[in-house]
Amino acid sequence: MADITWPWQYNFPPFFTIQPHSETRQKQLAAWEELITEYLKSSKQYIIDIRESQNTPLFSNPSINRRLSQEAILTILEDMARCGRAAPVDKSKSVWEVYWHSLDEWGNMIYSWVSANGLNNSVCTLYELREGETTEGEEFHGLDINILTKALRTLEVKGKCELMEFDDNQGVKFF
Amino acid sequence: MDRFEYMEARLCEGENYIKRDKNVKLYDGDDKTQYVDGEVVLTSHRLLWGKPGDIPKGLICLSLYLYYVFCLEEENGGVFGLGGPKRIILHLGPALPGKRPGPAVISTYHFIKLSFKDGIDAAFYKALSDAVANKLWERQPLETNAFSSPTMSPRTSVSPIGAKIRSGIVGIERSIEEQQKATDESISVAFKDLKKLMEKAKDMVSISKTISTKIREKQGDISEDDTVRFKSYLMSLGIDDPVTRDAFRSDSDYYVGLAQQISDMMVAVLMDTGGIMSLADVWCRVNRARGLELISPEDLLNACKLLPTIDAPMCLRKFPSGACVLQLNSHRDEEVAKTTSQLIEENGSLTPIKLSQIENVSVLLARERLFTTERLGLACRDESIEGLAFYPNLFLSKV
Repeated sequence: MADITWPWQYNFPPFFTIQPHSETRQKQLAAWEELITEYLKSSKQYIIDIRESQNTPLFSNPSINRRLSQEAILTILEDMARCGRAAPVDKSKSVWEVYWHSLDEWGNMIYSWVSANGLNNSVCTLYELREGETTEGEEFHGLDINILTKALRTLEVKGKCELMEFDDNQGVKFF
Repeated sequence: MDRFEYMEARLCEGENYIKRDKNVKLYDGDDKTQYVDGEVVLTSHRLLWGKPGDIPKGLICLSLYLYYVFCLEEENGGVFGLGGPKRIILHLGPALPGKRPGPAVISTYHFIKLSFKDGIDAAFYKALSDAVANKLWERQPLETNAFSSPTMSPRTSVSPIGAKIRSGIVGIERSIEEQQKATDESISVAFKDLKKLMEKAKDMVSISKTISTKIREKQGDISEDDTVRFKSYLMSLGIDDPVTRDAFRSDSDYYVGLAQQISDMMVAVLMDTGGIMSLADVWCRVNRARGLELISPEDLLNACKLLPTIDAPMCLRKFPSGACVLQLNSHRDEEVAKTTSQLIEENGSLTPIKLSQIENVSVLLARERLFTTERLGLACRDESIEGLAFYPNLFLSKV
């Protein structure tokens, strides 16, 4: 489970009701986004499934007997999407990817590691990047495959790598 | 059978219902007829026979003027006359010329029989013989459309459409009811047309306004004449700008006077209750004070809408949630919000019910106060299955 310190809002009942007053709401949503990001980061999770959300301690606090409704979670995630910190996986909007680093940040992180290890102009498989021994200890170790792909695409757009597929594996060549 | 006539089962004017019986078969003389298992109804002037349910509905049935009956007899039913009197024999005089068509044109027999399956009801027999003996038609002749009943005297008797044969008070009540209904309907139909006329007139007025403004924009002064002409057309129809009249329908002296009264009455009261009061409470208080001549809620609403026009120290206010209140002009939202938020802090959290108890106001007003406080950012809400509660707005106050 996640080992984070819960913020004071977590124990404040109104935190679990989306506030109608716009100023209050902004603060509330900001606090939620921070909490979500931290939680996922520390538990190395990247995906939120709204339908399963009722069980996670992130969205419900039994000690004050409050939890976020599914609409509330959706509101928060949509707000995050506006800032590029989350994206729905499918049209039903029940499964979301959360980028506790933005895709750009991930991309840059990977590229700097690549440069630091002299792997420019060579090919790596995505598996290597995610699960390889060499990347253990890096933040992107264990990164969700979809997010990794998306991050690499941002690099691709900048011309720093190229995604390719061979032998059932996906690989990437860095320049 | 040829003395019977096909007539609708309605009571004519002057005719009274006497008795009815059921499971009656008609015999033409000694011959059976097709008219079996019917009901008979005895009136002061006639004997009616119809299929079950037809007579109460006023449908066509067989009608025999009692005038024809000059003698009654009882006959025993069954073989060999065993088993109690079951049939009444009515000996009839000759058919009158000009009678309505009936089940038979010519009959060889001069008597008919009524056969009662359940036996002759003695009361019915007595009533029948009394009716025949009374010869009420000689004193109060019936007049129905084509055929003037025996012993002349033209007199219109048009019974109301669908009149059912009912006796006594119930019948009178029902006919009064039906009259009222008919009047109601005719009034509403008349006003329906008027409403349509008003709507059309509204359209015309708005069209004329748009046209005149368009012309004015394009060509300066020429529009004046046209507008005047439009207005004169409308005036000639008798519609003096119906749109504004509608909006200011309440602009009559009555409502202005009423508004003045309310304002005088409610100033003191409002100061007592903290400057604000829901309209329902206002209505109760006003009517209590007036004593006899009570006002309706619409009157109160219309009068309150006029409060600004008479420079009253109070006004009508509608909250976003829809609640209507009467509010002193000196009443300020910010002060309410401040006091309420202080109360919330003292109590940790507040529900509308709790606040109403503390402040001694109605729950509706307490809710409005909490909403106002929230609107000004001094409280935040907590909605759960436990209900609605408000907390101090730590989101904004805590860094």
